[in-house]
Amino acid sequence: MSFFLIRMNFKGKDVISIKDFSKKELNYVLEYAKKMVPYARGEKYKDLLKGKVLSSLFFEPSTRTRLSFDSAMNRLGGRVIGFSDPSGTSQKKGESLADTVRMADSYSDIIVIRHPHEGAARLAAEFAKAPVLNAGDGAGRHPTQCLLDLFTILTERKSIKKNRIILLGDLKYGRTVHSLAYALSMYGVELTFVSPASLKMPREVIDECKELGVEPKQSSNLDKAIKDADVLYATRIQKERFPDPAEYNRVIGSYKIDNALLEKANDDLIVMHPLPRVTEISPEVDNTSHAVYFKQAFNAVPVRMALLSLVNGGLL
Amino acid sequence: MKKELKIPRIKDGTVIDHITAGNAVKVLRILGIPEKTTSVVSVAINVKSKLGRKDIVKIENRELDPYEVDKIALIAPKATINIIRDYDVAEKHKVELPDEIAGIVSCPNPTCVSNANEPVNTRFRVICKDPPRIKCYYCEREPDDIAERII
Repeated sequence: MSFFLIRMNFKGKDVISIKDFSKKELNYVLEYAKKMVPYARGEKYKDLLKGKVLSSLFFEPSTRTRLSFDSAMNRLGGRVIGFSDPSGTSQKKGESLADTVRMADSYSDIIVIRHPHEGAARLAAEFAKAPVLNAGDGAGRHPTQCLLDLFTILTERKSIKKNRIILLGDLKYGRTVHSLAYALSMYGVELTFVSPASLKMPREVIDECKELGVEPKQSSNLDKAIKDADVLYATRIQKERFPDPAEYNRVIGSYKIDNALLEKANDDLIVMHPLPRVTEISPEVDNTSHAVYFKQAFNAVPVRMALLSLVNGGLL
Repeated sequence: MKKELKIPRIKDGTVIDHITAGNAVKVLRILGIPEKTTSVVSVAINVKSKLGRKDIVKIENRELDPYEVDKIALIAPKATINIIRDYDVAEKHKVELPDEIAGIVSCPNPTCVSNANEPVNTRFRVICKDPPRIKCYYCEREPDDIAERII
């Protein structure tokens, strides 16, 4: 497949949900992101977004997402305005999100938004002429994270399809795993969901995977599942989900990824995590060839550079 | 035996027949009755019919646009709209859910942006027409209690 043969027009496109993308479009963005890697590392420079302004509206805390969007915009010669804490904004005076978005729209060319309410980015897109990129809306969607996860699998495993992938941890509330399960099903991977019984993957997500032709396996036994896996995607289990601290401690202990567990895995298994991790992955794993979660965090930059460039209508 | 009418025939207006029994009041709410009309409206609830119990609504001297009424298919998927002129049925229309429903049902997700103080109507995509299944345009949640969520 040649990248240039299927040039697609993303100019002005909102990026709200991974479901808004066809597989062809996903492939296009991922291939374009590969080209962005040397620019993301600062080894090359091209001011594709010179003179452009990004509104970065973070109504919720973020480290990686906000910084990587900032970095992506700066690496392409653009500028960033916005806030990372809404306490200093008119939201505190009762301003609606719609009005905040209208204002940001008049000040900038692209809007990135993270908000505690599900559907906030979809609403923002209704009120903005500029393209809106969803950087996480409540427990809902986080499409740019999903794209960088796909990108990491693609670059580390050379291909997305045919991989045997475990999604591990809080599969009920974790916003990254729902979109990821859907997107991976588009590629026809083998999926295994490993979680505590109280944090199982919601039925509607499993149904969506099935509609795409993937029959996910479910397990609570990581030791067994890891033997046949190519990718282990772990997520944080949040303590506040457990009314009983003893139950939390039991669960967290049974899903800990350490070198003893990885001895049971294939040599080329990769371990991914959207971060922040707490106790899910032991620091001793960091120095093994399995650990790709910091590369994954870096991949946020080329993928977001690709998206910012595409929605602005520019190409390398 | 002569068939007895629970509500008198109307000369001109609209009859909504075959409403799922017990849902007539909710149908009125969806149609904005009585707020949006001064017409005389008669309601019959739990009327016996060949297909079991049903509700009927008769609105005098006002012809509802059948397509405007389609949204009642959310809670009354078997309903029919009859436009009455001079005691005769001049037009008959079986309701069919449109592809999108706006401002009629509230989203069950308390943290959906459509439940926040924003200047937007609730919006749902219709993913199945019969039985009705809808999905929030904003948060993608699917309410399983549509009849209870009529605004």
